Amino acid sequence: MTNANGKFAAKKFDRRTVLAGAAAIGTLAAPGLGRAQTPTIKVGVLHPVTGALAFSGGQARQGAVLAIEDINARGGIRSMGGARLEALLADAQSRPDVGAAEVDKLNEAGAVAIVGPFASGIALATTQAAARHNLPHIVDVGVVDQIVTRGLTNTFRFGPGIGTIVDTALENLVRINDQAGKPTKTVMIVHEESAFGTGMATTLNQRLPQLGFEVMETIRHANPTRDFSNIVLRIQARKPDLIIPSNYYDEYVLFARALQQNRVQTKGIYSILGGGASSYRFVKEFPQAADLVMDCNHWFDPRKAASLALKNRIEAQGLFFTYEVFLAYSCMLLLADAIERARSTDKAAVTAALAASTFSDHIMPYGPTRFVNGQNQGARPVVTQVQQRDIKLIFPVEFASGNPVFPRPVGRG
Amino acid sequence: MIEFQILLPSIVNGLTLGAVYALVALGLTLIYGVLHIINFAHGSLLMAALYAAFFAHEALGLDPYLAMPLLAAAFFMVGYALQRWVIGKASHGKDQNVLLVTLGISIAIENLALYLFRADTRTIETPISYEMLDLGIALVPYPRAIGFVAALGIAALLWWTIERTDLGRAIRAVAKERQGAKLVGIDVDHVFALSFGIGTAVLGAAACLLLPSFYVSPGVGNVFVLVAFTVVVLGGMGSFTGALVGGLAIGVTESVGGLFLGQQLGQLGIFVIFILLLLFRPTGLFGSRLA
Repeated sequence: MTNANGKFAAKKFDRRTVLAGAAAIGTLAAPGLGRAQTPTIKVGVLHPVTGALAFSGGQARQGAVLAIEDINARGGIRSMGGARLEALLADAQSRPDVGAAEVDKLNEAGAVAIVGPFASGIALATTQAAARHNLPHIVDVGVVDQIVTRGLTNTFRFGPGIGTIVDTALENLVRINDQAGKPTKTVMIVHEESAFGTGMATTLNQRLPQLGFEVMETIRHANPTRDFSNIVLRIQARKPDLIIPSNYYDEYVLFARALQQNRVQTKGIYSILGGGASSYRFVKEFPQAADLVMDCNHWFDPRKAASLALKNRIEAQGLFFTYEVFLAYSCMLLLADAIERARSTDKAAVTAALAASTFSDHIMPYGPTRFVNGQNQGARPVVTQVQQRDIKLIFPVEFASGNPVFPRPVGRG
Repeated sequence: MIEFQILLPSIVNGLTLGAVYALVALGLTLIYGVLHIINFAHGSLLMAALYAAFFAHEALGLDPYLAMPLLAAAFFMVGYALQRWVIGKASHGKDQNVLLVTLGISIAIENLALYLFRADTRTIETPISYEMLDLGIALVPYPRAIGFVAALGIAALLWWTIERTDLGRAIRAVAKERQGAKLVGIDVDHVFALSFGIGTAVLGAAACLLLPSFYVSPGVGNVFVLVAFTVVVLGGMGSFTGALVGGLAIGVTESVGGLFLGQQLGQLGIFVIFILLLLFRPTGLFGSRLA
């Protein structure tokens, strides 16, 4: 500070005043120094929260953050003196290259492990980037099987892969069809253009004829698709018994609305990882179009009190309880359990603890966790059906909250 | 072949889809015609208008079609203010600066929407959402049919405004010769802002017509704006007739292309047209009417 003459303004301080002031400033700047410090453990929460996948990424982040809140509220990591988890939030911007770069940053920032990154394409890049740092990476959502077949020892996928999902979907489709007296013989597949939709369609085209279904046509559409009228025209002309859609939420909504507008009559809609069919938002906003739609997808265990409690919390925040939320939530619990048993933030120790995990205190219908080459062997999808404006779990029977309604009664759908 | 059985309905679908493209392109072409700038914020402003229509429906219970005049007026003011006090001021009269400023506005609006509304996709149901108009050769959803008629009406209204009113004469004068217009007493900055305002008002109307058959999310502007740019180039920059015809042509190309080449390759046709036009007729089908 200078005075009008350009010289420093003199103000008399004695030594005691200076020391007292310094002590006061020190206290203000570091209020926690006066009490015992709770150690913190940094965990990376990496999702695409901007860009095309922002909705799903945001949902997944919310699930992971809620899990961290719950873990800390329960006393943190007890084996490490109640250490609290601290989320290092990262945005993959819906791009694999950005996701990989974020992994490097998270590693620099001291993350002990990463949970994320929602999408298969991003997961392929982030798991590889994490492997360079020997950083444990739990994949919450990402169904492409290459994620766990490249020999990356740091990578653990808690949910099921596409192979398991398609197997389960077809097994249950045959069962539902047989129980109803085999009303379905012909199928049309409508899928989105990425690796996820295209890979699924290829597998379905190979498997469905072996199971006695005729695939009348397979239609691939772009992301985004602005208009489904032509696709619906083709469906009306072909008159398949069953439609199998596999696409993201926005396209699923437009497709379902176009089907409803054109009064397309089929014996059923059986989605596999359908973008909207297992979404409470879809059911709420399109009750007519959603009625009796079936979907093979990720789903929580409706028998567990913790599942319903989390659902209520999410809905109280004005959010929808989607699979991104409960999978990311469970993955963060899985990581906390591994750190608890590792008693260390050493990456190798956490990786070893994950590999040996038998974690069962999650909210998915998986049973105890058991990783083989990074894939949780108990992970499996379920089949849901929209009934009376609610989503009922119809298969597997041990978790079921409703019975399948198939074929759709004439006039519904 | 199944493609020929459904060819006519597919063309009708293409026309109604093209009307939506034309609606989005009309404002873009007006702004280009007068200001000679490509408005990168067009898609973001469409998204903002869709959110406005959505919340007018959800919070106030306003039917999107009834909300159309209100939203058009509101977005006229938004557009006017943006050009007069943000784009005009920040660009310092340089076209390249305008491009950057509109790009910046676009990024700001998109991220603001992401922050305020999250990335959630939102839709509305209206009493006519599932009603179909039987044209004999095809069934058309009512929201699409209304959008088609409204696109024709809005294009005609814009044409009449530009060709038959004093405001239109002033706009044309500014578009053709800024200095000359200034010399005869036209407030050029005001006319610029009016043009930007009208272009943005059209987006307000377009959003009301689009929302009943589409959805809104922070990234929704990108779904349409790239096609709208193609429509403007196809029709001729600054031409309303061109935007209308271009929109319909692109809609039919996408629809029929999708029918014969597959849904994915159908969209390819749009950009093939774009490249061919740039190569062989860079002024577009109807040239530049305003400039």
